[in-house]
Amino acid sequence: MASSPATLLLSPGGRASQPSLPLASHGLRLAPLNLPRTPKKMESCCSGNSAKVIAYYGLTTPPYELNALEPYMSKRTLELHWERHHREHVESLNKQLRNSSLYGYTMLELIKVTYNNGNPLPEFNNAAEVWNHDFFWESMHPDGGKLPWGGLLQQIEKDFGSYSNFKDEFMHSALGLFGSGWVWLILKREEKRLAVMKTSNAICPLVFDDIPILALDLWEHAYYLDYKDDRETYIRNFINHLVCWHSATVRIVRAEAFVNLGEPKIPVA
Amino acid sequence: MALGFLTAKTLGLGFRARGAAPALGLGFGQSRSLHTVELPDLPYDYAALEPTISAEIMQLHHQKHHQAYVNNYNTAQEQLEEALNKGDVSKVVHLQSAIKFNGGGHINHSIFWQNLKPSKEGGGDPPHGALGWAVDQDFRSLEVLIQKMNAEGAALQGSGWVWLALDKESKKLRVETTANQDPLVTKGANFVPLLGIDVWEHAYYLQYKNVKPDYLKNIWTVINWKYASQVYENEVV
Repeated sequence: MASSPATLLLSPGGRASQPSLPLASHGLRLAPLNLPRTPKKMESCCSGNSAKVIAYYGLTTPPYELNALEPYMSKRTLELHWERHHREHVESLNKQLRNSSLYGYTMLELIKVTYNNGNPLPEFNNAAEVWNHDFFWESMHPDGGKLPWGGLLQQIEKDFGSYSNFKDEFMHSALGLFGSGWVWLILKREEKRLAVMKTSNAICPLVFDDIPILALDLWEHAYYLDYKDDRETYIRNFINHLVCWHSATVRIVRAEAFVNLGEPKIPVA
Repeated sequence: MALGFLTAKTLGLGFRARGAAPALGLGFGQSRSLHTVELPDLPYDYAALEPTISAEIMQLHHQKHHQAYVNNYNTAQEQLEEALNKGDVSKVVHLQSAIKFNGGGHINHSIFWQNLKPSKEGGGDPPHGALGWAVDQDFRSLEVLIQKMNAEGAALQGSGWVWLALDKESKKLRVETTANQDPLVTKGANFVPLLGIDVWEHAYYLQYKNVKPDYLKNIWTVINWKYASQVYENEVV
C-alpha cells in the first residue's frame, strides 16, 4: 500500500527496516530532545538448517526522566502510563502479530490496514495505541509550554487567526470529547492547513491520512491520579507547561517535504 | 421513551418540573415544562463498599462525575428548549450528542448506585427466585455469567458499560456493552437494565490502576442482586 513517507518517518518504534531520518540535515538544534531509543527484542529459533529471526516491537522510552514533568504530570502517573499501559499495548501487539499475516508490516501500514476503513481488526487498538503513546511522550517536554516560534507560529496564526485562538480551540475540543480519546494538532494534507482534531479511543489521524503534529492523551488514566475529574486543568497545564513546540516544529518541517504550505516559509530556523 | 419512564419510576430518578414556562410564539396556547434532573442520594455511605471500592472513588464518582452529568444534562435541556422554541433545527440536532452523553451518564449512574450494596447488608449474595433460575437457564450458572461480563468488560475499548440486560420480548437475559455513556436503551428498546457495571477508568483507577480485571473480579462482592431480581420480577411477572 502507498504509505506516506512523511508519516512513515514520524513513526517511532518501528522496525529496523524503517529508514532513520538524518534530522541534523534540517539544521535544527535538536540537543534538548533525546530521540527515542527503539530497543528490539530479538528471538531466534532454529528449525533445521535455517535460523528464523523474529523481530518484535519494543517499548520506546520517553525522552526524559519519569519525574521530569512534575508537578504537571507526576512520576507515578508516568510510571503507570508508560510502564504499564503503554507496555501492555506493546506486549499485546507482539502477541497478536506472532502468528499473524500482518507480521512484517511497518507500524504505519499496520495502523492503516488494521483500521480497515472504520471496521477495525483486533490488532488496531494495540498498534495505534503503541504509536499514539510514542507520539504523545515526544509531544511533551520538561521545559515545555511557552509559545511556538518561527514558521510554525506563522502557520498557526495563518490557520487559526492567532495563537490564542488555537489554544482556545484546542481546549474547547479537548473538553468536548465524550469518553476516552485523544486531541491532536494536525496538518490536513489536502487542505494544506493546520487543524485541531479529536479522536475516540485509539483512533489517530494517520488513518485519515492527516499528519499529526501534537497529541494529548485524554484517557482518564493519563490524568486521573494527578487531576481526578478536573480534565480542564490537565489540558490547560499541558498547553501552558508541557507541550513541546520543538517536536511540533520538527514534525511540521518533515511534513513540509510532502505538503507545500507556500508562504509563510517553514522553518525560520 | 418507555425505558426512561420506567427507570424514572423504578429508581426514583429526581425528575422535577420547573416552573411551567408558557410556550411563546407557537400560538397553540400549550405550555411545556422543563423536567430537570437531580443528583440522587446514595443508599449507603461512601465508605460502605470498602475494601472493594474506596470511599474516595465513591465520593468523586458521585459528587463530581455524576453531578457533572446532571448539570450538563439540565443545561443541554434548557438549550434544547430554547432551540425548539426558536425553530433552530440545526441547533436541536447539534445538542443531541450532549443530551445522549449527559442524559445517559445520569441514567447509567442512577442504576449503578442501586446495583451496589455493602457486603454486610447482603451485597454479593447470589440471586434467588425467578432471576436465579433465569441466570441458570440462560447462562448455565452464575459463574458463567460473571465470567462473561468480566471478559466483555475487560475487553471493552475506551470508556463504557457492561450490562446484564433483560430482553422484554423474548424474556431472555443477555450481556451487552455500551460505549461511553450510551444507556442500554441505545442497544434496543426492548432491553431493561438489571445490572450495569461502570468500566470507565474513573470508576476504579485510584484503587486498581491499570488492573481492570481485578476491579471486575472484586465488584461482585458488592453487587445488589436483590435489586436486579426486583426489576426482573416487575418485568416478567
